[in-house]
Amino acid sequence: MIVEAGHFALILSLFVALVQAALPLAGAQRNDPAWMGVAAPAAFAQALLIAFSFGCLTYAFVTSDFSVAAVVANSHSTKPMLYKVSGVWGNHEGSMLLWVLILAVFGWAVALFGRNLPPSLKARTLGIQALISVGFLAFILFTSNPFDRAIPAPFDGRGMNPLLQDPGLAFHPPFLYLGYVGFSIAFSFAIAALIEGRVDAAWARWVRPWTLAAWSFLTIGIALGSWWAYYELGWGGWWFWDPVENASFMPWLAGTALLHSAVVVEKRDTMKAWTVFLAIVAFSFSLLGTFLVRSGVLTSVHAFATDPERGVFILVLLLIVVGGSFALFAWRGPQLTGGGLFRPISREGSLLLNNLLMSIGAVVVLFGTLFPLFAQVVDYKMSVGAPFFNRVFVPLMVPMIATMAVAPLLSWKRGDLPGAMGRLWAAGAAAAAAVAVAIAVATKTSVWGPIGLALAAWLAMGTVVELAERIRLFRTSPAESLRRLGRMPRAAWGMTLAHFGMAVAIAGMTGAGVWKVESIQTMKPGDSVNVAGYVYTFKGASEGRGPNYSYISGVFDVTRNGQPVTTLESEKRIYPVRGMPTTEAAIESLFLGDLYAVIGDPQEDGSFATRLYFNPLVAWMWAGALIMVFGGVLSLTDRRYRVGAPVRRRPPAAAQPAE
Amino acid sequence: MTRLLLALLLACAVVLPAAAVEPDEMLHDPALEQRARDLSANLRCLVCQNQSIDDSNAELARDLRVLVRERISAGDSDDQVMDYVVSRYGDFVLLNPPFKLQTLALWGGPVVFLLLGILGLVQFYRRRAATAGAAQAPLSDDERKRLDRLMRDDAP
Repeated sequence: MIVEAGHFALILSLFVALVQAALPLAGAQRNDPAWMGVAAPAAFAQALLIAFSFGCLTYAFVTSDFSVAAVVANSHSTKPMLYKVSGVWGNHEGSMLLWVLILAVFGWAVALFGRNLPPSLKARTLGIQALISVGFLAFILFTSNPFDRAIPAPFDGRGMNPLLQDPGLAFHPPFLYLGYVGFSIAFSFAIAALIEGRVDAAWARWVRPWTLAAWSFLTIGIALGSWWAYYELGWGGWWFWDPVENASFMPWLAGTALLHSAVVVEKRDTMKAWTVFLAIVAFSFSLLGTFLVRSGVLTSVHAFATDPERGVFILVLLLIVVGGSFALFAWRGPQLTGGGLFRPISREGSLLLNNLLMSIGAVVVLFGTLFPLFAQVVDYKMSVGAPFFNRVFVPLMVPMIATMAVAPLLSWKRGDLPGAMGRLWAAGAAAAAAVAVAIAVATKTSVWGPIGLALAAWLAMGTVVELAERIRLFRTSPAESLRRLGRMPRAAWGMTLAHFGMAVAIAGMTGAGVWKVESIQTMKPGDSVNVAGYVYTFKGASEGRGPNYSYISGVFDVTRNGQPVTTLESEKRIYPVRGMPTTEAAIESLFLGDLYAVIGDPQEDGSFATRLYFNPLVAWMWAGALIMVFGGVLSLTDRRYRVGAPVRRRPPAAAQPAE
Repeated sequence: MTRLLLALLLACAVVLPAAAVEPDEMLHDPALEQRARDLSANLRCLVCQNQSIDDSNAELARDLRVLVRERISAGDSDDQVMDYVVSRYGDFVLLNPPFKLQTLALWGGPVVFLLLGILGLVQFYRRRAATAGAAQAPLSDDERKRLDRLMRDDAP
């Protein structure tokens, strides 16, 4: 009964979305306030209905209702509650439902927070948002209904892939989708602006917080995914240039570029067409990612061809959205002429340069990801893997990161490059020191080690220099500097933190990517192995049972120069429902690197296979991502975004609402 | 080829994965083992999604790892090992695509994108310089006032 109610609510939401698309868009065209006014309540109703529907599916999973096909295929009665809940989106049907739920909630949020948007812009934005909803709701209802019944209902479910039964991965998809789908708002705003025929500073200010929110979520999602790979897959890898990873990385690149070009529109009233273009591209990448992951086209073109229903549906949807929006852009985009002129050496110029580099990076990733598909068409079977991406993508990012430190020090319109470089002497010194350190401590010679650390140091110190400039450190009294520090707008803090976080993350990627130390062997209890100066002593293994798995647990004592450092306990789990093992690496994060131990299979002579690692700086990667996200969130709380946009139509007296 | 792939996929689903590189498959000579690891990182586990055999725990990846080590032990050079693996599995097994006619577009693509980007940028500044001073769409008084109010909060 509850399942049918959920299904019914989903059908109803499709009709609400149709209304929300039709009336406000037509109303905006006819300048009819009543029709435009439908948008906000419809967005609210749509979000409510889909939330109810999602709640019903969650109920089916939580109560292990094995008369529902999706529950049978992806759940089991013995699963811990957390994974019963995460099982809702741990499968195709449920994850698409989560997708539209987030889409509808974002739409509702625009209706809620955008009370003072110009009525026609708001109506059009919500109308476009509803059009996307229509497409995806139809996709779910016609090809991927999560409420399909399994008749006869089996006694128990088939369980969930044990790799997915992990807290990191339980929350990875929601964050990723919040990011993916969040770009839909920027997209809807961009399409609405194209229809209206104008993009101005106010428009950029409305778009920025939504983009920033989506970007923050996507950053968390990607970081969670790589963190999960790091500790769960058992060999310390964290990024594989897997097509599914690429699918989330491309929108991130485009979104990052969009975030920065929107600043230029807001402050300088230029780069408008480019910004609108990026908003379309960012969401197109999100849709493409959804298509790549959901159609199965990546596993094999043949798998796609044998069950093409879903794939073709999303492909058509993708073509309509992308084709339609680019056509609209080609038609209306040229009218969006920018006002402010600028020199190549200026803050706009450097932002544009980095926009370009990031976009090329995204295109290259796209190209490499899709190339094997095209090659199959001419009957050439090939792979494009990590070596290709590292070779092509990483060099593109070197000038980008180098510019990143300089750009904030250049002034708008016309910058003084020698002056900026002069002020960056400290950053240059830091980079030189980083190269020296990298060469001195390196266990392996590698070009990328010194380059990576130098870039990280350059960017970190460059960010600090910019902060010091801002508060006029040493050029005025310390009290005055402190006062300036206290009065810095949160958006400025956001940029400083995000850039600094990026530097920290680059250091982490470099350390872990270049200088990982690995030792694979069999060990008997009492055996010791020295890994990068840390002595791992295997204390022995024991067996046990978890809620829905059995495990072997191995204990390692780690010492350095005879001093105890930590005790690591790693598990190898077997999930009987799927008959699959997983490894739970034991990790101790130290400031300069992670101690990482994995227990493997028992050998015939009573010893165990073990993998022991020292992963230098690896935790910095996620720490850096967290700092970036913190910067994003801090920026979102900036007064200007909370009150700036809504204040557009209010009298000045009301410009200071009590919040 | 289709049937082979399908068989491989099925094999992957049935076989219980062991961990990635296992101690028992490793070579005793660290130099040879390091060569094997470096080669493995560029070989694709045929049944996985873009995972190298060095990272994969699929049974088939293990077979390939053992094969690579056998060839290295037999005295093959790195190129000979790779050629041997490619002769058996085709270019599909290479994660780092070879330079050849079919991959010309792949390796050339990024360079072309970069050049196009730079060209576009140069064009942009040229056109900008040419149309400098062109009239902008004026804002109405009301809009100007609203904009001023919005921008007033901005830090310099």
